[in-house]
Amino acid sequence: MSDFLNGIVEGFSKTFIDQDRWKQFLEGLEVTIGITILAAILGIVLGFLIAIVRSTYDMNLKGKKCKRFSDYVLKFLNFICNLYITVVRGTPTVVQLMIMYYIIFASFSNGFIPAFIAFGINSGAYVAEIVRSGIMSIDKGQFEASRSLGFDYKRTMWHVVIPQAFKNILPALGNEFIVLVKETSIAGYVALTDITKVGDIIQGATYDPFFPLISVALIYLVIVLILSYFLKKLERRLRNSDH
Amino acid sequence: MTTNSKNNNEILIKVEDLKKSFGDNHVLKGVNAKICKGDVMVVIGASGSGKSTFLRCLNLLEEPTAGKIFFEGTDITDAKIDINLHRRKMGMVFQQFNLFPHMTVLKNMIIGPVKLLNKSKEEATKTAMALLERVGLADRANDYPSQLSGGQKQRIAIVRALCMDPDVMLFDEPTSALDPEMVGEVLEVMKSLAKEGMTMVVVTHEMGFAREVGTEVVFVDEGVIVEQAPPQEFFTNPKSERLKDFLSKVF
Repeated sequence: MSDFLNGIVEGFSKTFIDQDRWKQFLEGLEVTIGITILAAILGIVLGFLIAIVRSTYDMNLKGKKCKRFSDYVLKFLNFICNLYITVVRGTPTVVQLMIMYYIIFASFSNGFIPAFIAFGINSGAYVAEIVRSGIMSIDKGQFEASRSLGFDYKRTMWHVVIPQAFKNILPALGNEFIVLVKETSIAGYVALTDITKVGDIIQGATYDPFFPLISVALIYLVIVLILSYFLKKLERRLRNSDH
Repeated sequence: MTTNSKNNNEILIKVEDLKKSFGDNHVLKGVNAKICKGDVMVVIGASGSGKSTFLRCLNLLEEPTAGKIFFEGTDITDAKIDINLHRRKMGMVFQQFNLFPHMTVLKNMIIGPVKLLNKSKEEATKTAMALLERVGLADRANDYPSQLSGGQKQRIAIVRALCMDPDVMLFDEPTSALDPEMVGEVLEVMKSLAKEGMTMVVVTHEMGFAREVGTEVVFVDEGVIVEQAPPQEFFTNPKSERLKDFLSKVF
């Protein structure tokens, strides 16, 4: 029994205390959270823009002929957005990450910027489809009521459609961010020391895989739990118009 | 009685040879109509006759395939005009109410005046509260639409449109989605509006309303206006076979 306890204490101390290794964990955590937040912001912005282009096309132009110059622009944008979604969803994230680091940002020695851009672009494709489904789920009568008051398409989107759509898609959006947090664990591929990589390094140094890997798993779990907590809270606040 | 119906011949809406098709389905096949200030035009007809499409073309919620629509002298089918400016002057009430569920009743009413007419929040609220008072719903100002009954929702939808101070009100079967006991309260509001001289175009199945409030009744069938007359004449002395047939089924 005491051997077992001693083993745990020793393992813990090797993983966290010796050579101030807890500092490495903290630095790794910083990288993971930093990439996640920046990628999430980029993903939301890209996702919403693409979703608006795609749903505007679906609602106004699909199956119709282009009449105005703006119709052609919209058609072209819709094509670009479709291409983007197809490519991003059809290729592995690791490959996208490496292309970003080794080819597109080849002149960068630090992988942080290529990584958050790669993850953001990746996430954007999924967010776009989620947001689009949310916009398409809003009753046509809502558009018509808003348009009949005199709101143009843009303001109808902003004041009437997006707020309702956002509420509907929040659970799916939350899910996407949870996936994003965990997906950043491949950042080690582009020489970033995120939390997963830290676990790997310490494992190599102490020859003990148990403590570092379990610790890394627990840290991800805690991040996800905190994220879920705030998402639930937000959901509850937005739901106060449902009675 | 309606105040200034036929005496005042200032034309508010003029429809010229309006056509609308959805693919191969020709819903409107050339409709001509004139709506003067103070008119209450009631549009009746069987379902699928094109009467709702006609109404929805008036504020371009449906884009006409051909024909012209003049509103206050402007051809609103002209692609160069900003339809949003003209829609502000045309209130619309839908069968399904279409209140914004994520806003309170008051917010539903003031969002238009505040965002589009640049009114201050206080001013818009004052107008909105007075209108709510009028339809007996002032105590529901801070409720959400989901807390209201169908009849209450429709009354709110009417005053929401009124908040924009429109020159004409378009009603698309406003009582068709209501439980029978709630139809009366909505019709009351519409009657009082008509009494004040509001110009209205009403698509409805309420023949009693057409007879009592209408200044002009229009019968639409298979995409054309078959008959148009003041209610007295329309109901007692129908000329076309199709209208006679329709009225015999309704009464």
